[in-house]
Amino acid sequence: MDFAFSEEQELLRSSARDFLRDRSAPERVAELADSDAGWDPATWKQITELGWVGLSVPEDRGGSGMSLLDEAVLFEETGRALYPGPFLSTVVLAQPALGASADGFSAVLEAGGAATLAWVEPGGVSSLAELDGVKTEARASGDEWKLTGEKVLVPDLALTSNVVVVARSADGLGLWLVSRPDDFKTQGTVDGTRRFGRFELDGDPGTLLVGSDEVGDVLEQIRLRSLAALALEAVGVAQFALDSAAAYVKERKQFDKPIGTYQAVSHQVADIYVDTELARSLAYWAAWCVAEGDRQASTAALAAKAFAADAAVKACERSIQVHGGIGFTYEHTLHRYYRRAQWIQSFDGSGRVHRAAVAAALLDA
Amino acid sequence: MDFRDTPQEAEFRTRLRRWLRDNVPTDAGFDPAHPRGDVAVSREWSRKLYEAGYAGLTWPKEYGGAGAPYTHQAIFLEESARAETPEHIGIIGLGMAGPTIIAHGNDEQKKRHLAKILSGEEVWCQGFSEPGSGSDLASLRTRAVRDGDDLVVNGQKVWSSFAHIADFCILMVRTDSDAPKHQGITYLLADMKAPGVEVRPLRQITGEPEFNEIFFTDARFPVSSVLGEINDGWKVAMTTLLHERGTLGFALTARLEVEVRKLVDLAKETPLNGGRAADDPLIRDRIAQQWIDLQALRFTNYRALTTLMKTGVPGPEGSVAKLHWSETNQRLTKLALDILGAQAQLDGDDAVERGYWQYQQLRSRGNTIEAGTSEILRNIISERVLGLPRSR
Repeated sequence: MDFAFSEEQELLRSSARDFLRDRSAPERVAELADSDAGWDPATWKQITELGWVGLSVPEDRGGSGMSLLDEAVLFEETGRALYPGPFLSTVVLAQPALGASADGFSAVLEAGGAATLAWVEPGGVSSLAELDGVKTEARASGDEWKLTGEKVLVPDLALTSNVVVVARSADGLGLWLVSRPDDFKTQGTVDGTRRFGRFELDGDPGTLLVGSDEVGDVLEQIRLRSLAALALEAVGVAQFALDSAAAYVKERKQFDKPIGTYQAVSHQVADIYVDTELARSLAYWAAWCVAEGDRQASTAALAAKAFAADAAVKACERSIQVHGGIGFTYEHTLHRYYRRAQWIQSFDGSGRVHRAAVAAALLDA
Repeated sequence: MDFRDTPQEAEFRTRLRRWLRDNVPTDAGFDPAHPRGDVAVSREWSRKLYEAGYAGLTWPKEYGGAGAPYTHQAIFLEESARAETPEHIGIIGLGMAGPTIIAHGNDEQKKRHLAKILSGEEVWCQGFSEPGSGSDLASLRTRAVRDGDDLVVNGQKVWSSFAHIADFCILMVRTDSDAPKHQGITYLLADMKAPGVEVRPLRQITGEPEFNEIFFTDARFPVSSVLGEINDGWKVAMTTLLHERGTLGFALTARLEVEVRKLVDLAKETPLNGGRAADDPLIRDRIAQQWIDLQALRFTNYRALTTLMKTGVPGPEGSVAKLHWSETNQRLTKLALDILGAQAQLDGDDAVERGYWQYQQLRSRGNTIEAGTSEILRNIISERVLGLPRSR
């Protein structure tokens, strides 16, 4: 039994923290979140050069052949820095499909490295756990595939033209790489650092990445990776809320004393710490289970995401509360973390949805 | 990071499981007259553990322990809870008095007590809290006055489990009333059979006298029973409290695991609206929440264990675990009563499982008070972990 990251993993964490402190400082994040573009392509280019993309893609497919456990520290740190860019959509959502095909990953890496996944359809399927109702069609036409359908709630769509699409062919479900149509739309999104988009395909050409025989495994990988990664990101968000609450209550004085002297205040900060530590334990456990293909991977990922997302939301709410009026201003950075926490919470269903799946495993087996 | 047992841990676990399977007495079910088990059964169990070499796993070999790593102790606590073993009679001796004597005792004291603590021959109790000194332990007023080679003790202690059967007491007394409050305290290894020591049972809200009050009236203890130096007892007591919270997390979490399993069974077995309570969506959500809370505790303990193995000092995770465990256990027992519905108001032989859940629910109210109230634990986190200013 050993519950610590390796020296190499801790090294990666500290270099990521240094890099993000420089390139994703709170003022810069705020500026980007309120800008039309919503991100900084130069920083993304540096991230691809640092090798953060493709860490867990097999070496013979152009990656580094490492695992989710190595990526774990990056999800936590990008969450803590609220990094606005296509890291999660590329590494978590698109990469398993890209890495499953012979040259999908290398092709995307050459084209800027970013990619995303489109699975939700208007009025239809919404969850990665339940994609049977997908209506987007892929038809073989000679050597080519033509795709037709509509996708919404596609994360970071404006940041990349490489889109992995869940569609249905005569053989069943599969994953195709398409080029984002020119008339795509960015959807107004509460979290300006991670916006959604929508697009329609009308016989657009696509490259088959994963066929019907393998698609179940790859989609399950995507689901588990995204739950674990978002749990880790949520831990990063909660940690920021904690650090900023602790720093503020030590400094801010009322009635001639730092407000952290008052237990009605300090105990709320202690509660953020407790929730964050518990969430961290679950998130690390989930990352390990998913990386190792442990039989508990699914319940671990569901449990971690449900708990950590709720913890992050509550951490931000408590942090805003102990910051008082200043925490309620648009100028303060906390609301941006609060928005991200809620983005994470709603991803692929809220805690209630994940707990229902955990309950089924406990009560209906 | 690796959550699997190492080959040595796996071997230890397998051997232990086999031993438990062959040795744990058949569970007689919940007995309202002895909600925490029968003393005779506990004594017998403690003797068996000692003979099999499972008492004092982490104690150094020179004091009769197994000198095993903390992971073995964690595995022992987990497996014992899962096997629903009786309680060890010497919880206070093994977990608190023993390690404190190892850290601060002289050769005479070590020779006198350690072997008998391991074997369960000597039962220990704790004399820390007083009616006027709970969270503010250092304000204690039980006085000891030197008279020749004796200390003469007068005062009252409270919330002392096992005192009614104990042979010895780790006792904190005030030996200098003029010194600052942390500096006039002395730590005694007090003989409970000495004249002037009177134990009265204290019934708690469950109706059961799990705890006791101890009254000292001119009770004489030799100066040789002082652990550490006279007036230096606060430092000694901190060692005890560190150990109380150090491995506590594992024992508590393992017990919670058993409770969650019982809760799942209860929900499956209890009929509701023509189906099972386990089919009700709100109950399902709450059970899942309990299970997730349990896993959060389990892995927080593992992280604490990793810190302990690397640094030799328990990290702040212990306070986190105690705080979250107590609140989780309170929610769990209330959920059990919710599942029982109107049946929850029956008690004793008329109730489901002879009132097991009714007892556990009332007992759980003590969880946020004993071994550091939740308020004190939040102070510890605020001040010692997060570096917030002191509130007093």
